[in-house]
Amino acid sequence: MKNTPTISRNAYQPCVQAASPLQTGLRTFNKSLKLNYQLYLLLIPVIINFIIFAYVPMTGVQIAFKDYSIRKGIWGSAWCGFEHFERLFTSANFAPIFWNTLILSVLNMLFSFPIPIILALLLNEINHRVSGAFQTIFIIPHFVSVVVVVGILVAFCSPSTGVINVLLKRLNLIDESIYFTRMSQYFRPSYIISGIWQSVGWDAVIYISALSAIDPTIYEAASIDGASRFKQLLKITIPSVLPTIIIMLILKSGKIMSVGYEKVYLMQTTTTLDVSEVISTYVYKKGIGKQEFDYATAVGLFDSVINLSLLAIVNRISKKVSEVSLW
Amino acid sequence: MNARIKRKLNSDTFYITIVYILLIFAVTLCLYPLIYVVSASVSDPKELMLGNVLLLPKGLTLRAYQSILNYENILIGYRNTVFYTCVATPYNLLLTIFAAYPLSRKNLSGRNLVTFLITFTMFFSGGMIPKYLNMVNLHLINNPLVMIIPSAVNASYFIIMRNYFTHSVSEELIESACVEGASQWQTLFQVVLPVSRPVLGVITLYYLSDHWSSYFSAMMYLKDNDLMPLQIFLRRILILQSMDGMSEGNVMEDQLLYEVLKYAVIVASTLPMTIAYLFVRKSFKKGIMIGSLKG
Repeated sequence: MKNTPTISRNAYQPCVQAASPLQTGLRTFNKSLKLNYQLYLLLIPVIINFIIFAYVPMTGVQIAFKDYSIRKGIWGSAWCGFEHFERLFTSANFAPIFWNTLILSVLNMLFSFPIPIILALLLNEINHRVSGAFQTIFIIPHFVSVVVVVGILVAFCSPSTGVINVLLKRLNLIDESIYFTRMSQYFRPSYIISGIWQSVGWDAVIYISALSAIDPTIYEAASIDGASRFKQLLKITIPSVLPTIIIMLILKSGKIMSVGYEKVYLMQTTTTLDVSEVISTYVYKKGIGKQEFDYATAVGLFDSVINLSLLAIVNRISKKVSEVSLW
Repeated sequence: MNARIKRKLNSDTFYITIVYILLIFAVTLCLYPLIYVVSASVSDPKELMLGNVLLLPKGLTLRAYQSILNYENILIGYRNTVFYTCVATPYNLLLTIFAAYPLSRKNLSGRNLVTFLITFTMFFSGGMIPKYLNMVNLHLINNPLVMIIPSAVNASYFIIMRNYFTHSVSEELIESACVEGASQWQTLFQVVLPVSRPVLGVITLYYLSDHWSSYFSAMMYLKDNDLMPLQIFLRRILILQSMDGMSEGNVMEDQLLYEVLKYAVIVASTLPMTIAYLFVRKSFKKGIMIGSLKG
């Protein structure tokens, strides 16, 4: 905290003059400290919290390359190189888990990314008051916990009393109840559909706010020129929200490999493991369940390195193509 | 010319009709599960078993809600969740303010570094196992503090609040407080926070709902039944479909009761957050829209 980025950037410049950049930097900092000590005091508990609960665990990542023993601790355990990664890549579990994660994530993004955008565009077209009421309704499911969402899913899919089976039977679409939660082919659809139900309104908010920032005189001008509402949508509205869409896409792609494991874990049943076992649930079972801490850490690290590189790659592509980027 | 305008109006009417049809369809899909759950929770379990409840309740009864009151685990869960939520939320809010306000001041040297340290955690973390081992080292396993102290500041909420302070609190207001001799703490608590109610309301709601809904950290870090939050018991009842501690003796009766009880616990556990949301709905728009614009 004592070093500002300005200092480190200038640190290698020759210090010929009396006031070197380093000294100037320190002086600015000292002045700022005298002026703002109350603000720095506020920051202290925050920084301590981040160090203890975010940065200390990051140093724990080293056990991915160590033969961890509880007795010797994280720093004392012996190094073992890439042993755990070799074990992961040669394990028979690796390919299915990797693909399950990727497929679930990509399918989920394919459906749950565009739908909030469409919803926002639709809501933007109608009377403000009605649109506000609709938004309120769409956001309610966001405040339903993930346990309850999966609970509703299980209850609705129940073969005896679940409303889905009841409805399908009433409509004569099926004769026998389907045990949705126990069958692998229904795992991904039910994951995605329940996810959209829970988050579509919430995810739409950011696009709605971007849409509300568009200058209304543009629409008026277009209208006078005889452009239909649909044409205005294509020529004005969509191009205006495109930057927001791209930013959201970058952020989402950085999370491709980290599917919502809390929900996946809740939805897993022993009979659907062939599609529902993903990297993070595997980490949980190996690490917390079987206490293979070092191996599970290596699996988790593999996951977050992929995430981070995807984020960087997509960000770079987007910077080139559209000049929109995170950094 | 006239014909052209007419054609345009016609196509616009058609277009808006389609928009409304799609939206009403979407609202129906969104509301149906919610309405069904409420209806089922007050229906006669026998009607439910026969598949007669499709939208509205059949054979009104509040038996399920009465049996919740006798179900010890749910009461324990409720008590713990209320406790964790009520203690952790003010703590989170305070620390988020402590991070967001100083880092929104442009003359604070070192602010880029600290901001980077906070936002970096959004993209990279030690992962599940190092975090767990860290909790072991800190003796926080099976300790109720584990539900409160860690992750005091959520990085995205921090960004929302910091952006609100930068863009929506006028610089003149802060400067004039300074000129009048207010210390920086006084400025924050007596000048800045009172005009930041929308964002404070929204962020409070976010933290409330996060604590209310969280189950995974309890599953990882807690062991005693007495410490478990509501969501853990909900998982047992709704997903693992176990009913230990609520049997009334008769297997048939229990099975019948379970059918409505599950819907009743869903309602009882979800209602508080829904009400909280409807309560701060108005400040919602102001709060997050401004905050998220430059997110």
